[in-house]
Amino acid sequence: MGTNTEEQFQQKIDQEIKIEPKDWMPQKYRHTLIRQISQHAHSEVVGMLPEGNWISRAPSLKRKVILLAKIQDEAGHGLYLYSAAETLGISRDEMYHQLHAGKAKYSSIFNYPTLTWADIGAIGWLVDGAAIMNQVPLCRTSFGPYARAMVRVCKEESFHQRQGFESLLVLSKGTEEQKRMCQDAINRWWWPCLMMFGPPDDESPNTLQSMQWKIKRFSNDELRQKFVDMIAEQVKVLGMTLPDPDLKWNEESKQYDFGEIDWAEFKQVIQGNGPCNKERIDTRRKAWNEGAWVREAAISYAAKQTKQAQEPLKFAI
Amino acid sequence: MKIGIRKFFYGDYGEEKNSAAESTASRETINEWPLWEVFIRSKQGLDHKHAGSLHAADAAMAMENARDVYTRRNEGVSIWIVESKYIHASNPDDADALFDPANDKIYRHPSFYDLPDEVKHM
Repeated sequence: MGTNTEEQFQQKIDQEIKIEPKDWMPQKYRHTLIRQISQHAHSEVVGMLPEGNWISRAPSLKRKVILLAKIQDEAGHGLYLYSAAETLGISRDEMYHQLHAGKAKYSSIFNYPTLTWADIGAIGWLVDGAAIMNQVPLCRTSFGPYARAMVRVCKEESFHQRQGFESLLVLSKGTEEQKRMCQDAINRWWWPCLMMFGPPDDESPNTLQSMQWKIKRFSNDELRQKFVDMIAEQVKVLGMTLPDPDLKWNEESKQYDFGEIDWAEFKQVIQGNGPCNKERIDTRRKAWNEGAWVREAAISYAAKQTKQAQEPLKFAI
Repeated sequence: MKIGIRKFFYGDYGEEKNSAAESTASRETINEWPLWEVFIRSKQGLDHKHAGSLHAADAAMAMENARDVYTRRNEGVSIWIVESKYIHASNPDDADALFDPANDKIYRHPSFYDLPDEVKHM
């Protein structure tokens, strides 16, 4: 037919026509999406691990059920995203395999430890806050299944951020020790959160093409700036500070200036040398391996049920 | 040796043009639970609408998982599930042939007909 050219694909994108799984697409578009969506899914799944540490240690039943609900949401988000990636022709097991083999990346933020209860609040407010900043524009991304998954994710994510902030608000009005704990968590999570937006624009290898294909709609630096502007105001409500002496309002540019990010640390964590990289992957592998018999038993049981349903009754005439 | 296992994806109508990741799709998928599509009726009186998909060993498990994954916040009052391989989808390449003819049949629309203003309720 000769209609399936890359030019026509780009025209569709430019006209804001969504791409659906079985539409023609350039190989690189497919690969980029598989990489990005599966990394995103892995991040949701690995993201449950630092929080799981605090389910049995939550300070009250109320906080415990909130945390359980949040973690259940993360599992769901992982599932929506894995499903979206599967429409591109990669299998779920292959994605798991890539994660467990250490070949797939996930958000570097989840390689940091959760040392105190305040970390759970900080994760909700800052980590989920940064995630939302990234995810809201993805609701309009050019690939249909990814966009639909993100709409669902974003609806649920706002509860995560609000519960985190509220949890820190309680600590910020508590005892001196609780206030210290709150500030300490903010201090430890702030810089890794800024790194969540990825390398600066001039070093981000995938941004340009992704913008042209409308997979991404804002650059890493644009989103990071929006995040800083939002959090710099919110932290005042907590009566806490952000650990950046260079952070100050710039009247001219109408945004906050902030200090230099330690990109060497970012690269170390991405390359597997963060505080918890090994622990996270080991936990995932253990869960996968120890769950193997359940997966096999369920398949065998389903096969047996099907077979029995097909067999004629023994005593039938 | 090529084993006769065919993996189906949502919207798959079984053509050869699948590219890229197709080559990687065979690994370890033999024990993978089948894929199911989930349809949710959000309230009485409305149609079931596609909500997403999930893996499950059988229909009962698919139903339980669909309930946990897609209706945690009052999203539905009824669930349909169907194994993805049973869905037949139209081929995007046929879209012109299938849907373009509708464009030149404007007489199918009520606005095609000019009636005098005196005619009420029509």
